[in-house]
Amino acid sequence: MEHLIHLSNPIILRKSLEAVIQLAEQYKKEKGRIPVLMEVCGSHTMAFAKTGIKTRLKDHVRLIAGPGCPVCVTDQKSIDTMIELSRDTNRILCTFGDMVRVPGSKFSLMEAKTEGKDIRVVYSPLDSIKIAEENPEKEVIFLGIGFETTIPILVATIQEAEKKGLTNYTIWMTTKLVEPILRTLLNGKEINIDGFLLPGHVSVVTGKNSFDFLVKEYGISGVITGFEPVELLRAIYKLLQQLLSGKIEIINDYKYMVKNDGNIVAKKLMEKYLDYHDEAWRGIGVIQNSGFILKPEYAIFDAKKKFHVSVEEPRKTKCRCGEIIQGVITPEECILFSRGCTPLFPIGPCMVSTEGTCAAHYQYMKEG
Amino acid sequence: MCIGVPAKVIKIKAEKALVDVMGSKMFVGIVFVPEVQLNDFVLLHAGQAMTIVDEKFAKESMEEWRNIMNGTSDTFI
Amino acid sequence: MVQRISLTHGEGGELTHRLIKDVFIKSFGNLQHTQLDAAIIKLNASKLAVTTDCYVVKPLFFPGGDIGKLAITGTVNDLAVSGATPQAITAGFILEEGFPLRQLKLIVKSMAEEAKKAGVSIIAGDTKVVEKGSVDGLFINTTGIGFIKETHQLYPENISVGDMVIVSGTVGDHGIAIVSAREELGLMTDVQSDCASLNHLLQELLEKVDGIRVMRDPTRGGVSTSLVELCEELHCTIELEDSSIPIRQEVEGACDILGFDPLYLANEGKVLLIVDKNQIDCVLDILQNHELGKDAKVIGQITECQKEEGKVLLKTPIGSTRRLFRLSGLLLPRIC
Repeated sequence: MEHLIHLSNPIILRKSLEAVIQLAEQYKKEKGRIPVLMEVCGSHTMAFAKTGIKTRLKDHVRLIAGPGCPVCVTDQKSIDTMIELSRDTNRILCTFGDMVRVPGSKFSLMEAKTEGKDIRVVYSPLDSIKIAEENPEKEVIFLGIGFETTIPILVATIQEAEKKGLTNYTIWMTTKLVEPILRTLLNGKEINIDGFLLPGHVSVVTGKNSFDFLVKEYGISGVITGFEPVELLRAIYKLLQQLLSGKIEIINDYKYMVKNDGNIVAKKLMEKYLDYHDEAWRGIGVIQNSGFILKPEYAIFDAKKKFHVSVEEPRKTKCRCGEIIQGVITPEECILFSRGCTPLFPIGPCMVSTEGTCAAHYQYMKEG
Repeated sequence: MCIGVPAKVIKIKAEKALVDVMGSKMFVGIVFVPEVQLNDFVLLHAGQAMTIVDEKFAKESMEEWRNIMNGTSDTFI
Repeated sequence: MVQRISLTHGEGGELTHRLIKDVFIKSFGNLQHTQLDAAIIKLNASKLAVTTDCYVVKPLFFPGGDIGKLAITGTVNDLAVSGATPQAITAGFILEEGFPLRQLKLIVKSMAEEAKKAGVSIIAGDTKVVEKGSVDGLFINTTGIGFIKETHQLYPENISVGDMVIVSGTVGDHGIAIVSAREELGLMTDVQSDCASLNHLLQELLEKVDGIRVMRDPTRGGVSTSLVELCEELHCTIELEDSSIPIRQEVEGACDILGFDPLYLANEGKVLLIVDKNQIDCVLDILQNHELGKDAKVIGQITECQKEEGKVLLKTPIGSTRRLFRLSGLLLPRIC
């Protein structure tokens, strides 16, 4: 695919970068400060860091890493519960590679594995179905985390388990939704974000229209974009153009992947199997209807219904990730930063992700 | 939020497709793209094809960008 | 009936004797050494290099090699990148009860073949059998001994600004070959492990070129981890050019799917060299004319020396740089 190969053409990259900086300078001249943009998606954050775009733009555009890393926002209690689940030797826990590293209130799934717990990393949730078929005498539990891109895949896995009539397969769902967290951020007292770079792959499922509420209810613009350097720069350019013109709208700059209504098949499947559910976000707290749970009729596939484990309520902390994500305070203003909260022992999501705002500040501080 | 990679469909077998990413291959689910055809590019995430890449739009948006960039300076790309 | 390793094979009695005679000596030869409890070698150089490594790869057989071949190449390469000429290797085997004898013979045979290719002799060995479940099939430990010729010494302290960083070929092949061979993640590739003994190539380089400051084999942890360690030890800064690093398309594709970074994938037949910039053409010429170095490329340079804290920077295609760190934790497939 020639057009996809061209995305890394160095001449286009260089020109794109120049064009973005030029617009950002114009913004600075007109508004007296540099623009503040939030990339909602954790993979965008990673891409900005990896390509060096973030460093290159740091004097021209302030990029705030949003709440869109599903493992980072999984709260300590959920992880503690998952670890507790693994204590029974008759169980095999399966999950994504990202998940096993994230610490709960005491330790991570990886550390639980060293104690001999059967915890397996899979690439596709469908692989966990195979594990359930091969181990009929064991209970196989998939730790289902993810945003809207991943949720349909979890549901498809349940559908497969249903088709195969598996009775030893369940999912422990702790999923997160984009709209409720964006609303929570925007409802905050002070909010300091000029526009959003919207998650391309979530939009593949939810569709462009799912972000209309940003324009209608909050009067804020956003650009849906992909993950290649050119796509990222193009999106910043278009968002800055928007901010300068004063026009407020959602631009779908990822049309080749994202439709207005998203993926109808995936949405229908989610509707069939799932109900809304209040989810706890690490460092932010419980947000109403910010996740999904299996409908009561699918209780036999719901690990939360099948297994009863209870863990202690983790200690309340003074974590201020919520405000950091809102762009209201800098990490240094949080009392825990670099004292009670470090990359090795992170409290909030901004320190869990290596590219999270706090982890990045911590690294910078150590180097500087 | 989620890693996704364009992959070319090189074989379709019931509810699975064999896809190719620069020579590395994998069988993936296609429940979300029932209309998928051989040689389509799909977006792959966690073992499932999540959408079919619209090549026409992809070319167009690159073309559009190239034109904008050519308008901003004298060196053409 | 399939012949299998039993606990008796490790008891030191007749079966042990037969295992040593029929499997190990048959392949490795050197009967005169095994008659003593220690091998005796004649020294004819000023400096002796010794290295030891344990091999626990899963699966035991993979495209491009097996644990036996790896146990030789890994140890040979550790000696070779230190500037030593590998002479002799000892091998210790820990076998799981029930391990198929046929597989053991295949592994031992490929060790013998690789040792012959590398020009080293396997001079001593030991075998233990443990109960089923105590190890995963077979573990091997090899210790290698080599001599360093006066003319072949490396002088890492001579590293200076402008020195070039060379990699001898494509990065990450072994890592992806193993992931694919494990079949756990569903990845299918034709990528072969690069597992190979580099000693002849490196000897030739050391003989013909002055100005090779230091060499490393980027095994576990990959190119990034190796260079970070090197920079920390030698207090220098390396700037790598992202677009210059040779990576096979299939490896890039596999990394895209699974969310891996090729710079952190293991290599078993590659070498990183820091070379005086005036010797670059000569070094590249020798590397590129050798089967094991044909894809060699300059991937970066030394930009600072005598720094308190050494570091590795990667220049990205947009012209920005980011710092590389050691591999943290295991390489696991990611969804985000």
